[in-house]
Amino acid sequence: MEDLGWWGVVLAVLAGAIRVSTPFLFVSLGELLTEKSGRINLGLEGTLVMGAMSGYAISYLTGSPWLGVLVAGVAGALFGMLHAAICSLPRVNDIAVGIALMLLGTGLAFFLGKAFIQPQAPILPAIDFGWWSDVPQVRAALQINVLFVIGLLLAPFLLWVLTNTRWGLIVRTVGDSADAARAMGYSVDLVRLAATMAGGFLAGIGGSFLSLYYPGSWNEGLSSGQGLMAVALVIFARWHPIRCLGAALLFGGAGALGPALQSVGVSQGYYLFNAAPYVLTLVIMIATCSPTRTLAGAPGELSITK
Amino acid sequence: MVDQIARLPRTASPLFPGFSLDSVRRGAEAILIPVGALLATAIVFGLFVAAAGADPLETYSLMYRGAFGTWFSWQNTLQRTAPLLLTALCVALPAKLGLVIIGGEGALVMGGLVSAAVGAALIGVPPWLLLGLMAMAGMAAGGAWIALAGALRQFRGVNETISSLLLAYIAIALMNHMVEGPLRDPASLNKPSTPPLGEANMIGSIPGLDVHWGLVFGLIACLAAYVLMQRTTFGFGARMVGGNVRAARMAGLSVTTLSMITCFLAGASAGLAGMVEVAAVHGSAKASLVAGYGYTGILIAFIARQNPLAVIPVALMFGGIAASGGLLQRRLDLPDATILVLQGIAFVMILASDTLYGRFRIFQPRG
Repeated sequence: MEDLGWWGVVLAVLAGAIRVSTPFLFVSLGELLTEKSGRINLGLEGTLVMGAMSGYAISYLTGSPWLGVLVAGVAGALFGMLHAAICSLPRVNDIAVGIALMLLGTGLAFFLGKAFIQPQAPILPAIDFGWWSDVPQVRAALQINVLFVIGLLLAPFLLWVLTNTRWGLIVRTVGDSADAARAMGYSVDLVRLAATMAGGFLAGIGGSFLSLYYPGSWNEGLSSGQGLMAVALVIFARWHPIRCLGAALLFGGAGALGPALQSVGVSQGYYLFNAAPYVLTLVIMIATCSPTRTLAGAPGELSITK
Repeated sequence: MVDQIARLPRTASPLFPGFSLDSVRRGAEAILIPVGALLATAIVFGLFVAAAGADPLETYSLMYRGAFGTWFSWQNTLQRTAPLLLTALCVALPAKLGLVIIGGEGALVMGGLVSAAVGAALIGVPPWLLLGLMAMAGMAAGGAWIALAGALRQFRGVNETISSLLLAYIAIALMNHMVEGPLRDPASLNKPSTPPLGEANMIGSIPGLDVHWGLVFGLIACLAAYVLMQRTTFGFGARMVGGNVRAARMAGLSVTTLSMITCFLAGASAGLAGMVEVAAVHGSAKASLVAGYGYTGILIAFIARQNPLAVIPVALMFGGIAASGGLLQRRLDLPDATILVLQGIAFVMILASDTLYGRFRIFQPRG
């Protein structure tokens, strides 16, 4: 194995950006869709953990990791349904319901996932994009999972749906002015239910990536706030799917910094480097938010920016 | 129409002057709706446990025994209630201003870490002084942590719910770093920790009980928070900000000062919980400080409807539930996450029950 020195760190961060960003990407696209309909779902952290657990369990029980991904998405959609159903009751606060579902999702996943901590389930395959290189680190870095590619295509697709289709217009109308949508004869609750379920579906898939590809096993410390950071990431991306993609890659790179430094022997401050994504999120939020004006691109009905 | 005449003013009951039936109705609503939500939780959780292959009735009787059945379990429950009282205040106080702060775990960890560092640095001074300084340092650290989230909200418009939770993750990382690096006790091998305080410097037990003084701190804090919010000008201002920020500004209240002080007090109470955990339970700061008290505190504050006095019975109940977890694990082979599931269901039910307020005619004022 060649010694790449500090270039190894750069390479590992870039490779990590691709690998670690996938769950960020899926959760943030899901959250973006939900927020476009005017509701915020803080519970995606719980959905993510639930997706990771159910995907892993199904992959172990059936031997098919892709079935696991699908079931993870369905589990996420069910959580989205629960969120939307409770929030559609009058005088119920969507942020608080999100916090509750964060606790419920995590608890349920830990409860049901107890039996799946030990066994090894079949995990998702990777596509080898690095066949042309002789350097093992480069080859390892270019082992890219199919889900990342799907996420890469999903971002422009979502942008197209939101800007150019009838459905996208309905979702945005509901998100910007519930009264206008009602006047046009659309059911606000129904549209939000669909958007929250679709968002939960994507977040569940993001969770399955954690357990079925990287790190590639199920345990209780699997998610460390990715679902929550994705919510902040959507604000940073100003509710734009393509900027979400860029932000997810940035967060992935920050998340890969700690392990990359450790691999070249920098173990001092390992925990501090692991906190890099949280600090980055906070710094980004401080830089982008403003106390006096509403953020450009924010859906008008969103409680978090009002 | 006819009713209206019959329902004309009757503010005070003739039997007890100054006692109004309407306040009873409102009080009954505030108590009965959460109790109803908790009963619904019990039914859903019972079904869940039954689906997992355990007998729901046996589960509940074991939970009761594990929480309040014996003197030993009572003490175990009270031991866990102490930090929960304080972390619930960390949510309930800012909620009066309309802020949703959920990073109490971070303030607890910072309070524990800083107080342990102070304790280790000043070892040798008389125990009462050492503990006093530790408590002040822990409260200052926790207070600063939540005040930071409040400041970001005030000055930069950063959502306090997200920032406080991010700060909690950062606090945990910071503690792990300090405990494994600069503050590590060389004698702690497998489980790194800060240097131990020593038996003589620990917070002792309440006489006649095997429960440490942290419980008393928690009760005093809840009473003080109630008085502050309901009986002082400061509290009136804070509640006004929570009701309508613009009106509060028009009335000349400084929203910034009110929210910064409230956030500091909230963080200080969670920081005190961390200090008590260090000085009464663990003897040093280490990874086991992160025990989820901050998250359970959120749930308790919401069930108590952000009322510091109502926090006391609710915290006792969840202290009991946490204490019974071990028994459920041993006797029914249910995983420790069972308690988390119960908490999650309770949280969802309580929030869903918010929609019921004002729906029942029997609770409405007739005056």
